[in-house]
Amino acid sequence: MSVLVFAESNNNSINKGAHETVFYGKQIASKLGTEVTVVTYGDVDEGALSKLGSFGADKVLVDRNISEIDDELLTGLVQKAAEQENSDVIVFGFDVVGKSVAPRLSARMKAGLVPGAVDVPEIEGDAFKVKKAVFSGKAFATYTINTEKKVISLLPNSLQPEQVEKTASVEDFAPELKPGRLTIKDKITAGGDGIPLPEAELVVSAGRGLKGPENWEIVENLAKELGAATACSRPVADIGWRPHHEHVGQTGIAIRPNLYIAAGISGAIQHLAGVNGSKTIVVINTDPEAPFFKAADYGINGDAFEVLPKLTEAVKKFKANN
Amino acid sequence: MNILVCISKAPDTTAKISFTDNNTKFNEDKVQFIVNPYDEWYALVRGLELKEANGGTVTTISVGGPDLDPIIRKALAIGADKAVRVNADASDAYFVAKQIADFARDKGFDLILAGKETINYNGSQVGAMVAELLDLPYVSVASKLEMDGSKATVHRDAPGGEEVVEGELPMVISSAKGMAEQRIPNMRGIMAARTKPLEVLEPSDGDHLTEVAHYELPPEKGEVKMIDPENMDELVNLLHNEAKVI
Repeated sequence: MSVLVFAESNNNSINKGAHETVFYGKQIASKLGTEVTVVTYGDVDEGALSKLGSFGADKVLVDRNISEIDDELLTGLVQKAAEQENSDVIVFGFDVVGKSVAPRLSARMKAGLVPGAVDVPEIEGDAFKVKKAVFSGKAFATYTINTEKKVISLLPNSLQPEQVEKTASVEDFAPELKPGRLTIKDKITAGGDGIPLPEAELVVSAGRGLKGPENWEIVENLAKELGAATACSRPVADIGWRPHHEHVGQTGIAIRPNLYIAAGISGAIQHLAGVNGSKTIVVINTDPEAPFFKAADYGINGDAFEVLPKLTEAVKKFKANN
Repeated sequence: MNILVCISKAPDTTAKISFTDNNTKFNEDKVQFIVNPYDEWYALVRGLELKEANGGTVTTISVGGPDLDPIIRKALAIGADKAVRVNADASDAYFVAKQIADFARDKGFDLILAGKETINYNGSQVGAMVAELLDLPYVSVASKLEMDGSKATVHRDAPGGEEVVEGELPMVISSAKGMAEQRIPNMRGIMAARTKPLEVLEPSDGDHLTEVAHYELPPEKGEVKMIDPENMDELVNLLHNEAKVI
């Protein structure tokens, strides 16, 4: 018995999300009294792999023959690792791989899947229950997984990983696998040198209240000072002021950063559905009746054109003193 | 081109979320249901566009009780040719995927389109499971789909951006924003939908791998703390010392 964690390693590096999933796997393994094996792929630095031990991994299996996200290949890889390690629980991040490989593996192994888990499972005897966000963040559902083998994908930013002094053993793992049937023709990087929105801990977002794309400099300045990603509301993406990949909300992407600052966004329910998982929400709006204030932790009833530069200055001062 | 589009129902975005039976069931009372937006705006409409360009048929498939029929009629009004409803409870993704796969297996569909997720359960799993059960390639969270004969070129989500992938039909694709634009059904479509075939099938066997034990609402958000727009130092101080996010 063991807990198997798939660690995403796109571009040959272990990302922050993988640290969280390994730590999550460790929490489950502790409850079950078992060990954590990590399976990953690509030409990843040996040190980065053994460092996964500090997040709770005992052993890391790496398939260096795989270099791309190929859902069929990766499903085979995780399946073979689960067989070798006799894993009862298999953990993914609820990300690109977690939305393609985890459900494929679930159907292949007939192992019940809970996608987008937000907490460590409750385990009592044979009962295995996992909580996930439903209704676009407006509620939670706790699922019982009825099968002996279980698959869970963890919603990013659900727990704060802690590190201990430990390294994991690293082994090459190269089972024979059936390659996938899709060919990757091109890769398009979103938004140049900025921080990718889904992974960002801090996000500065703006809406129609900014009046035009030429005014985004005050948003970008604050984001730069904070080390934050930028986002926008749907109307702003639809009229082309900002690229579509910045659109957060019901039909755009859902994010759950530690801090979400929204300037000139009224807070329609569709927008809230994409950001209500944020830990702290700051709303800046000239309209004191803007519905977003009801969902905010901190509110500033003021003009974004004045407030944002002042906030940028205040952050600059704070950074200089800390 | 024969296209199968998976359609599910979802509560309208503005619906009040509450639960009954000791928090074990979603309270459907007074809730307006809609076609799940990802299924309708993106999967169905792109399917219709491809049919209009290449000929063929668009069939929809749904799993659920008779309460789904108005949702299915809406999909027919938008332009689907015919619909199938598997008369069963749709609470487990694997069970739903198994029903869809069992129906599609011998029908020779070129393309199976689904939404990237439902807005009520946010699982993003049925499409991939259907692909696995039918041993087909799968593209997850696609924002663009172009066809050239039997070759599909698809833009999909990738870490930090997008990837353009290519493959031969048949395949299964989950659809997100960008695939197509929403279509409003016209009066002719609505009239025609009344007489289009809606076949009701009994479910094939299939296990429920998961079930909902209970629901809960998130804790109430505390009162918003208003800050003087002239005093951004105070906000930074609160974000650092109280919220501990910077």
